[in-house]
Amino acid sequence: MNELKGRREFMQLLGLGGVVFASGLAGACTNILRKSGEAEDDFFFVQLSDTHWGFKGPPNPEAANTLKQAVQAVNALPIQPDFIVFTGDLTHTTDDEAERNRRMREFKAIVADLKAPVRRYMPGEHDASLDWGKAFQEHFGPTHYSFDHKGIHFAVIDNVSDPGAAIGGAQLDWLLADLKPLRPEAPIVIFTHRPLFDLAPQWDWATKDGSKAIDLLQHYKHVTVFYGHIHQEHHFKTGEIAHHAATSLIFPLPAPLSQPKRAPVPWDPAHPRRGLGFREITVDESRLVLTLKQDSLEGTAAAQPAAATGS
Amino acid sequence: MRGTHWMLAPLLAVILAAATSDVAAQEKVIAVTAERFKFTPGVIQLKVGEPVVLELTSLDRKHGFQVPDLKIDETIEPGKVTRLRIVPDKAATYDFHCSIFCGSGHEEMAGQIVVSP
Repeated sequence: MNELKGRREFMQLLGLGGVVFASGLAGACTNILRKSGEAEDDFFFVQLSDTHWGFKGPPNPEAANTLKQAVQAVNALPIQPDFIVFTGDLTHTTDDEAERNRRMREFKAIVADLKAPVRRYMPGEHDASLDWGKAFQEHFGPTHYSFDHKGIHFAVIDNVSDPGAAIGGAQLDWLLADLKPLRPEAPIVIFTHRPLFDLAPQWDWATKDGSKAIDLLQHYKHVTVFYGHIHQEHHFKTGEIAHHAATSLIFPLPAPLSQPKRAPVPWDPAHPRRGLGFREITVDESRLVLTLKQDSLEGTAAAQPAAATGS
Repeated sequence: MRGTHWMLAPLLAVILAAATSDVAAQEKVIAVTAERFKFTPGVIQLKVGEPVVLELTSLDRKHGFQVPDLKIDETIEPGKVTRLRIVPDKAATYDFHCSIFCGSGHEEMAGQIVVSP
C-alpha cells in the first residue's frame, strides 16, 4: 500500500460518500485551538454500535461472526482511527447474570483484536437495564463520563441504566457541571445510546428526559450527537444540534414508524450483512467540520466458522 | 385500596372531576394484565364518549404502560392495581408499549387502543 500523508489524503482517495455538515466561526475556533497548543491536523474516530453479542435468531444467522467481521474491517482501514467508540448494546440481554458476564467477557476478548489504541464504551439497554449497569461497570467502567481529544470535548450520556429510559437528575447535574467550563463556541461531541429527542416514542425510540439534556446542550453552538439503538442511519437536528444514528452490527430495523411493528428487517441470504456496518467520523483542523462516512459490511469476506473465533 | 391510583388521561378525559367511587362503580372496567412479553388483551376496544377504567396489573415484574400519543406513561408494579380512567373523545387507534425494559422480547411488548365511533 502506498504511504498516505494523512487522513485528508486518505479521504480524498476514498471520496466523500457520507453526510457533511459545517458550522460557522471556524476561524475563531482555530485561533482558540492554536492558542491552547492543541494539534491542528485533522483526525478521525470510528463508531460501532449495537453489536448485540450473544444474539441468536433468524434476523442474523451469522450473529456469531458479524462482530468479528467488523473488527477485521476496521483493522483493514489504511489508517487506524484515533479511537473507537461503541455506542451501546455491546451484548444482547439475558436474564442469567452469569451468562451476561460471559457475553461481556467474550465481547472484550473479540474487540481486543482491534488495532486502534483506544476504545470507549457505553451501555445500551440490553447491557444495563436489567441490573442498572452493574455488570457493565464491572467490565467496562463508568456508564457516563467525558474526555477531551485534540480540541474536542466528548461526553458520554447514559440513558439506559435506568430501565425507564431516563438520564436522571444526578447525571443531568453532572452534565451541567461538565459543560460549564466550556465556551459557547467550543466543539462538543455527545455519545449516547438512545436518541435524546423524540424520534419515535411509539417504538420506544426516545429518552424520557432527553429534552433536559438538549436544553443544556443548546447553550453551545457546535454540538453533535452520535447514538445507536435504532439500527440504521438517521440524521436530525434539534435547533443547532445535529443528531446522527448509526447502523448496527447485528440486524437492521425498519425506518421509524414505517410499519406497524419495529420487527427486525428479515435476513436476506442473497445480501447477507446488508444494512450492517460502521461509521468513520473525520474532524477537520478547525474542529467544526465533521465528515461522516458509512462503511458497510456487505461484500466483506465470508463468515469465519464460529469455532475458530473462540465463541 | 393501598397501592391503587386514579390517573386521568388528559387528552381523552372529558369528565375530570367526577371520579367518585359511585360513578366509577357504574363505569366499564377493563382488566389489562402485563407479563413478559405481552399485554392481555393486546387490543383494547373503546367507544367514543364511553368512560372506561383500565385496571392494569402485572403477573411477574415491573412493567410500564406508555401511550405516547395520549401522553400516558404509567408504571405497573407487581401486587398493585394501577387504575387509568379515560373517556375517548374521538375515533382513532393509539399504540401502547411497555416502557420499562424487561428483557429479551421487551421490544415486542406492545398493543393498541382502538376507539370506535
